[in-house]
Amino acid sequence: MRQLLGHHLLLFARALSITIALLVNIDRSTGLTFWSYARAEEQFSLREIAPGVYVHLGKTELMTADNEGDIANIGIIVGQELVAVIDTGGSVRVGARLLAAIRALTAKPIRYVINSHAHPDHLFGNAAFAQTGATFVGHANLPQALALRGALYRDAFRRTMGARLIDEVEIIAPNLTVDGEIRLDLGQRVLRLTSWRTAHSDSDLTVLDEATGTLFAGDLLFLRHVPVLDGNLRGWLAALDELEKIPARRVVPGHGPVADWPGALADERRYLQRLAQDTRSLIAKGVPLAAAVQSAGQTEGLQWQLFEEYNRRNATAAYSQLEWE
Amino acid sequence: MRKHLGILCAVSLALCFGAGTLRAAVPDPEDPWPELARDIFKGRPLVDGTGVIAIEMPYRAEDAAIVPVTLRTMLPAGDTRAVKTITLVIDQNPAPVAATFTVDPSVTMISTRVRVNSYTNVHAVAELSDGGLYVVQTYVKASGGCSAPATKDTQEAKANLGLMRFRQFAAPKPAAASSTREAQIMIRHPNNSGLQMDQVTRLYVPLFIVDGVRVWQGDQLVLSMDGGISISEDPNIRFAYRPNGATEFRAEARDTEGHVFRAAWPAERPDM
Repeated sequence: MRQLLGHHLLLFARALSITIALLVNIDRSTGLTFWSYARAEEQFSLREIAPGVYVHLGKTELMTADNEGDIANIGIIVGQELVAVIDTGGSVRVGARLLAAIRALTAKPIRYVINSHAHPDHLFGNAAFAQTGATFVGHANLPQALALRGALYRDAFRRTMGARLIDEVEIIAPNLTVDGEIRLDLGQRVLRLTSWRTAHSDSDLTVLDEATGTLFAGDLLFLRHVPVLDGNLRGWLAALDELEKIPARRVVPGHGPVADWPGALADERRYLQRLAQDTRSLIAKGVPLAAAVQSAGQTEGLQWQLFEEYNRRNATAAYSQLEWE
Repeated sequence: MRKHLGILCAVSLALCFGAGTLRAAVPDPEDPWPELARDIFKGRPLVDGTGVIAIEMPYRAEDAAIVPVTLRTMLPAGDTRAVKTITLVIDQNPAPVAATFTVDPSVTMISTRVRVNSYTNVHAVAELSDGGLYVVQTYVKASGGCSAPATKDTQEAKANLGLMRFRQFAAPKPAAASSTREAQIMIRHPNNSGLQMDQVTRLYVPLFIVDGVRVWQGDQLVLSMDGGISISEDPNIRFAYRPNGATEFRAEARDTEGHVFRAAWPAERPDM
């Protein structure tokens, strides 16, 4: 225990010294003030959940100017030679803090920036990595999703988060896409990347660190934060059955705490099944969309955070899909 | 329409910070409606449509890609005028005219789903048989989070292109007019609003939408819609009508690539 503590202290000291070194650089090159950067750095927490696997947990909130879009989970995996990052946060500021935190951890090159899907809270930080030489990796559908939505997302979040945070966001498309499965070798450490059929969204990608059995599920898995349906409800339920077969030991959801595998799937499955069941029954009764979304899934209300923000929206998508059954 | 995008932030900010009361007193110079109304209706006068037509939308768009909108004709029984067309305008959308519905006098309600890009006023303008234009409006808050007015599932959208469904519902209870029923026409179509070459991904998404839908009850044209890019993927129209005794419904939809989709269904008996 003492040894572990000592190790962490050492890490912290190293992080601090490297961070300060970085600050001076950044100060000169970009004009960012020492104060703002130091403040940002302070807030960026990283936890090592398995050897060489680090996680930053986003807040369970909507993206706002206050939280600077830091609402989604982020992963860092360090191999013998190379580093991979899974998602970059909801603003360039979060991305820059993430980059600084990685530099504090290791001097190994950041070879891959993996985007778990097209949503802004997971990839608005990409621009912070534009100069690192990293390869951006995403689902084969990600380029199209970004083409259809990138500008809309920037406009929408400029309105809610302000130009200060959003003007510097660049939509960066992947230069390596995954259609099926690929393996990325970080040196004595292989990541298995899997693309999924439309589920949470139409660009969901998961990452399995085979060495430690750590699965980064992206937004295919929500814990505590109510699941958000921006893809296909039946597809998502089907994906959960497939996902469950992945031989992992623990899972990092897109939102919510790190959890045991595959037990972590139970809550989300229950919610999605309830939503589907309620919606089917309302459709069968001929209840119109506008009225149906007021009641579908409501019995799940006490089980989730941000339920009021998302459940009616989920019900809207569910209805428009299930009425074709 | 590009110019509307530029002022969009200012307008929505103003709305956010409670300039609503101010707007009521002084015409908002940023409000696109006066100019839109002039362009769309060729300078014809528009009068308050309260009591002629009603529009219902949720105050907050939950899913930006699928926002329900319901239009009702409110003319009292005995009024000799009838509603001929209803034009739906989403002021802040890139192409504000979402659709124009042409209706049979027996149609008292139309419900469809639209994309809403931003905080916006939405107008419904009814043209009556006497040539008068009557306008009502509502206001919709844009949805938050990662909701986008875009296709959720690009593969699925293409898989069943042009498939049509028709549903008939029992008369609403209590029946507003004893003989009124509701039906729904659904068309599988991605309804891609189209965009220029995307600078980041080098992808080009062509305009590909259903721009015309017609529904007949026997030989009687009940309803037609000329739609634009603001109509949601899988266009869907639910409407209230008076059965005329016909034994069949027919529908025809055409899209911007020249496809014509047709289907027919037996009319359910009125007592069902």
